[in-house]
Amino acid sequence: MDNVDIQYSEVDIRNFLKEVKDPEIPPISIVDLGIVTKISITESNDVHVTLTPTFAGCPALKIMEDLVKERLNKVDGIGSVSVNTSFETTWTTDMISEEGREALLKHGLAPPKQNVGYMELDVLSDTPCPYCSSRNTMLKSPFGPTLCRSLHYCNNCKQAFEGFKPV
Amino acid sequence: MDFFNDKHVEAAKDLIYKMADDQLIIGHRNSEWTGLGPILEEDIAFSSMAQDKLGQSEHLYNLLHELGEADADTVAFTRNENQFHSCHLVELPIGEYDFSLIRHFLFDMAEAIRFEMLVDSSYENLAQLARKFKGEIKYHTMHANTWLQQLATGNEESKARMQNALNEAWPLALGIFEPGAAEDVLKEVNIFEGEAALEAKWLQEVTALLDKAGLSIPDGVSPVYGGRKGQHTAHLQPLLDEMTEVYSIDPTADW
Repeated sequence: MDNVDIQYSEVDIRNFLKEVKDPEIPPISIVDLGIVTKISITESNDVHVTLTPTFAGCPALKIMEDLVKERLNKVDGIGSVSVNTSFETTWTTDMISEEGREALLKHGLAPPKQNVGYMELDVLSDTPCPYCSSRNTMLKSPFGPTLCRSLHYCNNCKQAFEGFKPV
Repeated sequence: MDFFNDKHVEAAKDLIYKMADDQLIIGHRNSEWTGLGPILEEDIAFSSMAQDKLGQSEHLYNLLHELGEADADTVAFTRNENQFHSCHLVELPIGEYDFSLIRHFLFDMAEAIRFEMLVDSSYENLAQLARKFKGEIKYHTMHANTWLQQLATGNEESKARMQNALNEAWPLALGIFEPGAAEDVLKEVNIFEGEAALEAKWLQEVTALLDKAGLSIPDGVSPVYGGRKGQHTAHLQPLLDEMTEVYSIDPTADW
């Protein structure tokens, strides 16, 4: 098939990137996570993608850059692909899409509360349980198995669970 | 911002070096609790904070690289102790848990305020990092303050331990604010308000929290300076030797 005439749009690129998953939370794509902050495409379909880190110490950053390149390099007609990471847009958990929040919940990870801004930290104390939806839960620790997760306990269904920390 | 001249670049480097070095060294110390924390959640907490600190230091070293310094790994792993700008507070061994908690409280309160002050810095790349780090460090100060309040109001032993640790750490914590070489330059172009302004804000916030915990700030203590000028205690070089062991054997090692 001859793709010479195809001009890819930002939406096309975004759709391809929906297939790139967060290595630490595989059910959510990097697009739904909200870390793809800029996509530029030249007339000859050279693509540049800018990512913003969730956490400064996130070890998956470099891997995600590589996964973006790998995915786009597979697309017919796309020229060169470059990716950079920039703090120009400060990522917050409010940038996770609705679809992303549902994916987290399905994964057993309580989605972060929204619009907490400069939150008081008791915002973590009644995080809804991803298993039974009860708000009768308590924060066990603001630090979990990855930088973006906290540890909670549900007093209703007696189940320990993890939450995605609001930042 | 566009730097006006070399003087501004040098002043900015001085500020970023001490921030990055503090983060790298306290990050390494925090990681020494991995596998040794008194309970599992605390083990995870210090390990996570270590990861945050190391990540933050790397981005600060990247900023220095943009300003003409060597790349992050070279800067982090090849300097001798007299080239480190970290304060003495961060280089001391982890000691007992009470000391680590008090250090964590005093240091992270200062960092949180520093980032808050830098959010509006005229040096936009630094302001961007400050905005990011600010969101992360609130979990550190929350952790520190929770334990401070719990243990200082626990039983006689826990209270005495926290007070003793505070007495030991206080002069070192004052050393965080050792005046920098070119603070007037930083102020002049609105990069940073300076260590004295930071110290005043810090003193106000930590005093309120220590009062609430029923602990007393030791009187008539002189700050321990020298770290920012490359003068260190006997504890830093062994830490650097350990931290750089793999890099020294094989600088191209990948893991």
